[in-house]
Amino acid sequence: MRSPLSAARVRRALATRRRRVVAASVAVVLVAAAALWAARPQPADFRAEPAMVTVRSGPAGDQPVDLDTTLYLPADASAGRKVPAVLLAHGFGGTKESVRPDAEDLVRRGYAVLTWTARGFGRSGGEIHLDSPDYEVRDAARLLDRLAARPEIRTDAAGDPRVGVVGGSYGGGLALLLAAQDPRVDAIVPMITWNDLSRAFLPESTGRAPTEGVFKKGWAGIFFGGGGSAGSGPAGISGTTAAQPQGAPASAGAPSPRPGAGPGTGSGRAPAGAADPSCGRFAADVCAAYLRIATTGRADQAAVDLLRRSSPAGVLDRIKAPTLLVQGEADTLFPLAEADANARGIAAAGTPVRVAWFTGGHDGGAGPTSDSDRVKFLTAQWLDHYVKGDGAAPGDGFTFSRIAGFDALDRGLVATGYRTADYPGVTGDARREVQVTGPTQQIANPPNGNPAAISAVPFAGALGSLLNGVAGDIPGQHVRFESAPLDEAVDVVGAPTVRIRAASPTGEAVLFVKLYDVDPAGAATLPDGLVAPVRLTGLPKTIDAAQPVPVTLPAIVRRIEAGHRLRIVVATSDQAYATPPEPTVYTVAPGGGPVTLPTVDGEPIPTTATVWRWVLAGLLAAIAVGLVVVVLVARRRHRRQDSSVHPEYAGIPLAVRQLRKEYADGFVAVSNVDFEVHPGQVVGLLGPNGAGKTTTLRVLMGLTQPTAGEIYVFGHRLVPGSPVLSRIGALVEGPGFLPHLSGLENLKAYWRATGRPWADAHFDEALEIAGLGSSVHRRTKNYSHGMRQRLAIAQAMLGLPELLVLDEPTDGLDPPQIAEMRRVLQRYATDGRAVLVSSHLLAEVEQTCTHAVVVNKGRIVASGPVEEIVGDSPSVLFEVTDPAAARTVLDRLHGVRVLPDGDGGLVVDTNGTARSEVVAELVRAGIGVDRVVPRRRLEDAFLALVGENSRGSGDR
Amino acid sequence: MAGSSVGSRDAAGAVGPGGAAAGYRPSATLPFAAEFRRQASRRRTQLALGFMVLLPLIILIAFQFDSGGDDDNGRNEFASLVDLATSGGLNFTLFSIFVSASFLLVVVVALVCGDTVASEASWGSLRYLLAIPVPRARLLTVKLLVALAYSGLALLLLAGTALLAGTLRYGWSPLRSQVSAELAPGEGLLRLLAVLGYLAIVLLVVAGLAFLLSVTTDAALGAVGGAVLLWILSSILDQITALGGLRAFLPTHYSSAWLGLLSTPVQTDDVVRGTISAVGYATLFWGLAFWRFTRKDVTS
Repeated sequence: MRSPLSAARVRRALATRRRRVVAASVAVVLVAAAALWAARPQPADFRAEPAMVTVRSGPAGDQPVDLDTTLYLPADASAGRKVPAVLLAHGFGGTKESVRPDAEDLVRRGYAVLTWTARGFGRSGGEIHLDSPDYEVRDAARLLDRLAARPEIRTDAAGDPRVGVVGGSYGGGLALLLAAQDPRVDAIVPMITWNDLSRAFLPESTGRAPTEGVFKKGWAGIFFGGGGSAGSGPAGISGTTAAQPQGAPASAGAPSPRPGAGPGTGSGRAPAGAADPSCGRFAADVCAAYLRIATTGRADQAAVDLLRRSSPAGVLDRIKAPTLLVQGEADTLFPLAEADANARGIAAAGTPVRVAWFTGGHDGGAGPTSDSDRVKFLTAQWLDHYVKGDGAAPGDGFTFSRIAGFDALDRGLVATGYRTADYPGVTGDARREVQVTGPTQQIANPPNGNPAAISAVPFAGALGSLLNGVAGDIPGQHVRFESAPLDEAVDVVGAPTVRIRAASPTGEAVLFVKLYDVDPAGAATLPDGLVAPVRLTGLPKTIDAAQPVPVTLPAIVRRIEAGHRLRIVVATSDQAYATPPEPTVYTVAPGGGPVTLPTVDGEPIPTTATVWRWVLAGLLAAIAVGLVVVVLVARRRHRRQDSSVHPEYAGIPLAVRQLRKEYADGFVAVSNVDFEVHPGQVVGLLGPNGAGKTTTLRVLMGLTQPTAGEIYVFGHRLVPGSPVLSRIGALVEGPGFLPHLSGLENLKAYWRATGRPWADAHFDEALEIAGLGSSVHRRTKNYSHGMRQRLAIAQAMLGLPELLVLDEPTDGLDPPQIAEMRRVLQRYATDGRAVLVSSHLLAEVEQTCTHAVVVNKGRIVASGPVEEIVGDSPSVLFEVTDPAAARTVLDRLHGVRVLPDGDGGLVVDTNGTARSEVVAELVRAGIGVDRVVPRRRLEDAFLALVGENSRGSGDR
Repeated sequence: MAGSSVGSRDAAGAVGPGGAAAGYRPSATLPFAAEFRRQASRRRTQLALGFMVLLPLIILIAFQFDSGGDDDNGRNEFASLVDLATSGGLNFTLFSIFVSASFLLVVVVALVCGDTVASEASWGSLRYLLAIPVPRARLLTVKLLVALAYSGLALLLLAGTALLAGTLRYGWSPLRSQVSAELAPGEGLLRLLAVLGYLAIVLLVVAGLAFLLSVTTDAALGAVGGAVLLWILSSILDQITALGGLRAFLPTHYSSAWLGLLSTPVQTDDVVRGTISAVGYATLFWGLAFWRFTRKDVTS
């Protein structure tokens, strides 16, 4: 019936091994996959073609210049499969290499990307004309010609490539100017760039012209480089190059709005003779204008005109390419107002414009990851729609972000993104007014602007301003107007305005107006280090006659918490700006009226965090559903299992049927055990160590799963955890108690765990059996082995179970206790109860049990009532002088049978014939009888087994 | 004696469903309270909980020895937690949590959850519980719930004592830190509770791991020590930035994300991710523990 044992074992062994192998390989595969995913090599799915090309530009289009270019083409781009193109311009002082990561990102998105080093930088020739329409912009137009000539590039018409222009800072200005000049451009993404270069370098916050602006000498100097140390190399100006000072352009990512490095990073030789050591690679007119401005701190009209020529401000109405303007909040060079002016100008011509602000900029770098991701996404979306022709129209929704604090894990900054349907500009879509008050105060303008307040250190980044690390005003040179603590938080988005009054003995004053956020502890923060420089003229000599002047502060995005104060500081000096060199004392007073804070009702942009929130909800739901399913399945299985009562065994406390237990290592502990325990019986399970007794009992207690066979308790099929186990009391493999509890507490803890009524326990009877006296109140860890054993038997008898299973119960007991235990067990088995005792001691079984089952090597070798197999049995061993003759005599006797075994003697089944009669018959036949030994089957069987196996048998 | 009890059994109508003894119901075995008492009686439980009460008091006393020395606690933004510890009861509580979150609480949770099954196995009492029979899934469920209850109790005791002692000593002041606006005491208390909640969730991973090991081994020390060791290993790996994105899969990666709950506005992104990670790992470990225990041969 059973399949061949060996096959089953092999299969089982295989199954175990296979399970392990599968688990191990799954783990290995998972780890390897994760590692590969993390370190997956970027496939070279594009090709790059570097080339030095010569284009003709200049006012007449006839001046050749060498440009260092690289064209990145998707691997599958060909004449048959044309791709749209992107012209990717670098920042000031950079080269084509500084935009390489962005180019690689774009080419992977399916664009041909042309990068080049602008004239005057790196290995390209020519001089720096500051994105002049005649030079840099015309160069770029010639590059468009070259793109159109490539067979792989998609074209709109002959000579008109399908192309977008992307660039940051200097490159962004180029994008705007090129789109204004060349209608072939299909879309542009200018980032952190200017609207009016003259206003950027000569700002004035009451709305005056750049000729009256305050020279932003810090940034200008950085751009021009070390104040004219131009002769140091052919690349020109090297003062700021070493440290790559502009922001944090280290991250690799798609068009991150990174500014270029400082000027002249390139190592190449300028082909055109850089003759003038004071100008480096700057064109003579640009250089001259800079020198004039830097010398006086004021710009003449010619210089402003020159800067205006390089500004999109005047040509915005000619831009027809849809424009995505990305501007940085942490940008003291090109503040948000520049992008605002661009957006208004371009939108006025009916061209689609979209504006995005992020928390980086020339000071803040690429910003937090969430910001650079957003910029990347917006750029890709813009290009995909307007250049490639994929995806829906991006719309003109406005997005911005605000620094939300420090990231708890990587200690970087965290920004929260917001969006609104319409671009509100820098004036916001609502406003809060906060009253500020302060003294009228005289403040001194230091000679030559020294010492000067520090508002922003270029490149210090948003971190600096957030940490309040750099801002500092000089005593005596500033006046403060403060508000009361805000009763609710204000989310400022846009340019606040304030009115001040000032008087000056010279009639003129240069002042710096700043808005601080002051926390309750008094720490003041200047958002992003932004200040509003103003040049006031026509001032009265006394403050009484002074008229309020409205000042538009730089646009910021900041949450001013409840309880914080606003502080307006008016200072006379700022390290980043040129101030009048003459010492003067101004008088400054609040202008009356509130500080107006623009706000924007932005909706937080759902980020991946939202996705994760859903993932979490899904995970929790899945776990809940899984739990319910598991519980239901378990219940169902449970119900199905418990339903059957085997009618044949219904009244039998224990029926073991063909039990087999094979351990995972293939060891067969029990191969075929089959016995019953009936009510009123004390059954001894007798066998040498390792015969399989304990394994049988383990299965019986539901501790291990049988390999085959069944156990029925009162007809109920017994599996681990069967309720019918509650009718069995057990001592298996020695006592198990909580060592820190007393004997009594242990019994109580045990009974508490059964959940059954307290009265059912019969503690008194159990304690009487344990016989521990007052020791029952001692901790069990101090018990002797015998005490523990007695306590364990008492525990097994708690609740007076109908079947008592005791594994080596007399182990550790002394002889009187053993005798007492025998009596207890025999008494216990009356009244329908039954006891199963396992032992390796023949005497114990003989004296205690009514029935015995002898097991060896996992099989039953004998079973039956003890009297029957222990008491005088019908078989007798005769030792006779002549066995052959005796056999003949015995065969003649009616009913007497000589059994086949028996060495040296005859084993005879007397079959009811009295032994004396048999002996008499033998003697009568003249056969000498040496010994007559009644056979005891149990002893025979058991001793034979023990004799063979008592050594080296493992524990079964 | 036997006769009388047989009579009573017969009188009781003898047999319950599934052939069970009268009064036996699988769902009533090993009641939560019984297991809670079992664990409460243990010296290690008492010591661990006692130490949770003692630790804030020890810290409090230690702060009294203000030597005035200006030691620099590493200049990051969260170091202010240390500098501000004595500014009020809430800050003191935060400090107590800050210093114990990374290791002490891990050990306590591993102890409570890792010891629960393994110690029964090593005493030999597990087989008697199973022979009652307490259904295996129920045994594990109750053991797990009680272990989690003790873990939570330890956390609450630590925070509660710190809050009480800190408030008595330093007053009921707003919660201060350099990463956020000053939080009013009420708001601060809410944040503190949120921090405790998140910590409890993160510690579920330790609980899960320790519990799985507890089911797998008979040596209680192995389960507790193994869980702590693996936690430390994960923390060490998390320091190795070369692992890049793989680190996000480490169970300890988000263990300090609760700091984000202190900033204004509250940063919940990493908390959410950390919760996903912790709940995922804990479910995995507990699932394995149940799967293993309901199938295994109990041979101890």
